[in-house]
Amino acid sequence: MSGDSMNERIKNLREQSLNAVPVLDHERAVLLTEFYKSGIPEKSSVPVTRALAFKYLLEHKRICINPGELIVGERGPAPKATPTYPELCIHSLQDLEILDSREKISFRVADETRRIYQDSIIPFWEGRSIRDRIFSEMDESWKAAYEAGIFTEFMEQRAPGHTVLGSKIYGKGMLDFIDEIQQQINNLDFFNDQSVWQKREEFRAMKIAAGALVEFAERHAQKARALAEREDNPSQQKELREIAITCERVPARAPRNFREALQYYWFVHLGVITELNTWDSFNPGRLDQHLYPFYKNGIEDDSLSEENARELLQAFWIKFNNQPAPPKVGVTAQESNTYTDFCLINLGGLKEDGSDAVNELSYLILDVIEEMRLLQPSSMVQLSKKNPDRFIKRALKIVKTGFGQPSIFNTDAIIQELIRQGKSVIDARNGGASGCVETGAFGKESYILTGYFNLVKILEITLNDGTDPLTGKQIGLKTGAAGEFKNFDDLLQAYEKQLNHFIDIKIKGNIIIERLYARCLPAPFMSLLIDDCIARGKDYNDGGARYNTSYIQGVGLGSITDSLAAIKYYVFDRKQISLQAFMEALQNDFSGHEELQRLLREAAPKYGNDNDYADDIMKQIFEIYYHAVDGRPNSKGGYFRINLLPTTSHVYFGSKVGATPDGRKAHKPLSEGISPVQGADQNGPTAVLKSAAKIDHIRTGGTLLNQKFTPQLLSDDNGIAKLAQLIRTYFRMDGHHIQFNVVTAETLRKAQAHPEEYRDLIVRVAGYSDYFVDLGRDLQDEIIARSEHAGY
Amino acid sequence: MNEKGIIFNIQKYAVHDGPGIRTTVFLKGCPLQCRWCHNPESQKSEIEPANGFRVRQFLTDTPVSAEEEENIGQIVSAAEMMKEIEKDILFFDESGGGVTFSGGEPLMQPEFLAALLSACKAKEIHTAVDTCGHVPWKSFEKIYAKTDLFLYDLKLMNDADHVKYTGVSNRLILENLMKLTKAGKKIRVRVPLIPGITDTRKNLDGLADFLTSSKEIHHIDLLPYNFLSSSKYTKLNQPNQLGHLEVQSEEFLGEIKQHFENSGFIVNVGG
Repeated sequence: MSGDSMNERIKNLREQSLNAVPVLDHERAVLLTEFYKSGIPEKSSVPVTRALAFKYLLEHKRICINPGELIVGERGPAPKATPTYPELCIHSLQDLEILDSREKISFRVADETRRIYQDSIIPFWEGRSIRDRIFSEMDESWKAAYEAGIFTEFMEQRAPGHTVLGSKIYGKGMLDFIDEIQQQINNLDFFNDQSVWQKREEFRAMKIAAGALVEFAERHAQKARALAEREDNPSQQKELREIAITCERVPARAPRNFREALQYYWFVHLGVITELNTWDSFNPGRLDQHLYPFYKNGIEDDSLSEENARELLQAFWIKFNNQPAPPKVGVTAQESNTYTDFCLINLGGLKEDGSDAVNELSYLILDVIEEMRLLQPSSMVQLSKKNPDRFIKRALKIVKTGFGQPSIFNTDAIIQELIRQGKSVIDARNGGASGCVETGAFGKESYILTGYFNLVKILEITLNDGTDPLTGKQIGLKTGAAGEFKNFDDLLQAYEKQLNHFIDIKIKGNIIIERLYARCLPAPFMSLLIDDCIARGKDYNDGGARYNTSYIQGVGLGSITDSLAAIKYYVFDRKQISLQAFMEALQNDFSGHEELQRLLREAAPKYGNDNDYADDIMKQIFEIYYHAVDGRPNSKGGYFRINLLPTTSHVYFGSKVGATPDGRKAHKPLSEGISPVQGADQNGPTAVLKSAAKIDHIRTGGTLLNQKFTPQLLSDDNGIAKLAQLIRTYFRMDGHHIQFNVVTAETLRKAQAHPEEYRDLIVRVAGYSDYFVDLGRDLQDEIIARSEHAGY
Repeated sequence: MNEKGIIFNIQKYAVHDGPGIRTTVFLKGCPLQCRWCHNPESQKSEIEPANGFRVRQFLTDTPVSAEEEENIGQIVSAAEMMKEIEKDILFFDESGGGVTFSGGEPLMQPEFLAALLSACKAKEIHTAVDTCGHVPWKSFEKIYAKTDLFLYDLKLMNDADHVKYTGVSNRLILENLMKLTKAGKKIRVRVPLIPGITDTRKNLDGLADFLTSSKEIHHIDLLPYNFLSSSKYTKLNQPNQLGHLEVQSEEFLGEIKQHFENSGFIVNVGG
């Protein structure tokens, strides 16, 4: 595929998107502050206040229609003009300065924005933001663990989101939802239902939010008509009128064709990301399934050609790329973060009747992914045993081009995971994965990632009798000094006690934070979209969804396994090195203990080699972590679950951990996802997959496995076919996910040395791709170090 | 399965040594000394000092001992070997793959090889033997019935050249190939293309003529030349007699492929 399948319009829009400079825009912050100062919040219930704020934003924000667009609507006033959410967290003047001036992932900040922040945004929101409230509610033990790098907290900067739209908008308009809600209001039981008032307020809020989106679309229609009036070119005029007609139809009423379906989704998307800054960005999920009826009808009645559909999808892709992830607060110049907002389009998989879901549109969308080659949206293919080989091979031909997309997921494992968690078979089949790798029942589930958990730091604290050697603070339990462990089981039991202790701290914090969001920041617009919020009269943030899951994501499985394996092997089995000697080497960061470090790195058993000695320890750690978390109730009628993915937290967590018994030097990154420690896998990809498959993926809500392949391994059809078989085998063993970086270490080193020549080099980082040159040096090094499987 | 042998490497996810995803086991010892040999450490039958060779732990459940770490080659029992092979059985099943015994020359250890092949047969694992052919026929007799596929290396048709570049005559090699063919074995002939040595028109024509006469051989794998690393030779204290040669162009490889295809063979470049 080449740029030839992009017409001039798409080429221009794509260029515009690529060239747009990310700007931190104050419009949303100003409007929101105006609204909160208006006195309305004091007179309304919290859900209604939030809905009115949403309405106020959509009524007053500037409408943007870019020249030549087919799908319209921007979150900010222009492409990549990125809003802030002071009700969640407040950017300080210093944050704004760093964002503006840092080299990577920068956002231009105008002087006017800084002035407005100083004069009105910061003074009003200080103490009122949810972030301030969270930190004021957390106790000392939580703060100590948080600061020590034992866990992170997702909800201190972004709102709970982590959900994906199902099929409901393709059959109903916002006016239909309003009718449905009105019915619910009419049927409220004021005499027996103790939560009737809360329900009524939630329903009122949902109605306001639904109406607000309709008005927002109408504003686009008006703008398009006004532009048409001023337009001399008749074909442009016609296009603008078509935009107006489309925006008058959707989202008010159900879409009738392919274009309306895309435009409807896009308005909904803008609604969700305007209401709050939800973690991971919302997305349409099973796009090839939702759009297929519109595509098929359009082709059959000749109202749509494959070329029209391709163009509309390309235009749709560009809309995602125009919305960078809103920047964090409390940033440092080094912390580069990412522009990616983790929209993950799902293709393939199974239909709800259990049959193969791959259709012509699945292939067409794969073409679009390859042609557009954009950072956003991210994409994945779901591969079931029922899907044809040509589907995975087509996807691998895109993987081969080396931009990290699409990633590959095991539908049959995802369905088992969801069913194990208590979902119905139908809801499971309609689900998929979002964000990085997280399993979800699309349209029916709130599956919140609450924070990463540092499995390796727990060992460091265990070996130091509850003290963090980096700060000298006693933050864990007293489980005995290292010398007191008589055998490996003693050590493992102490590890388990420490881990349970910190999981308790994390879960207690999570429960408080869940309640803060339920009480202070309900999301009535999101609640319209996810079943069964309307049926229950309950907000998305308060357990309104059919399923409510809270995840804690374990990080460093490879590092913790190799560390424990080294101790077991040398201290307890071979009795070659005492634990005290180990401790001394770790305290000195192996300085003066280089021979020991070499032994640990090269000769000790390592996870990722299909070596049962190491892999059995991995399984023990998995069980400890699983039992610490899985099945514990959250405050929304759901349960805590585990998954194993890092995003980039393995770098941060590594910076908080001293030298480890696997020979890793202090502050270096930990292993990522369920991948082996960088360079520890020595026996090729089948051994890595065998080790990884010893994890019981079905009892997780997602695992992340990275593999790096050299391009020559995929240079011909034989290479593609064998890689497909490799993946199929991993999935036969219930592996959840696999993704590939197809790029040579040499290329990456060149890119590091001459970033200016490699601006377009996209690599797989964790559950997402990013521009290599935008990554921090440490993360770049880490990606280079991930072992590379060459052709044999 | 008490038989023991010396191996110097195991390669998993081998995708160029026969059908499907394979595990290739490298047995130590070779009767030939090809000047282009990429694995000179495979030639001696005995365990030898590593001299800076990086020794990988290839038996994944058995840690390498300190002294083994200093050696090229490790004594392994057939039982240990089978445990390692069986680890990838699902990959074999999914892809129609199996195990390939290579070397060195695997038939230099015929009892060990026969034991491994019998064990694979019992486990329904597809087997391939990658051989240079220069071993007594009685060694082949011990294994051919148990082998699903032979990857049979042919280099030079001119016997004087064969002696010059590999150290031995090609007579036994060609005889054994004919005998295997008569025994009805499935064979893929593999031809390493060494610039100016084996990839000459004359040599390739001779090869094509010889193979056409057999009528039973249909598959040819052409193995393009890769740069030969001198560092291995230096570490082994052996001279690199080949020197520096240029890698063949895609076009040239295409011509050779066409040449064999015109003679009716199914040709695969790259094994």
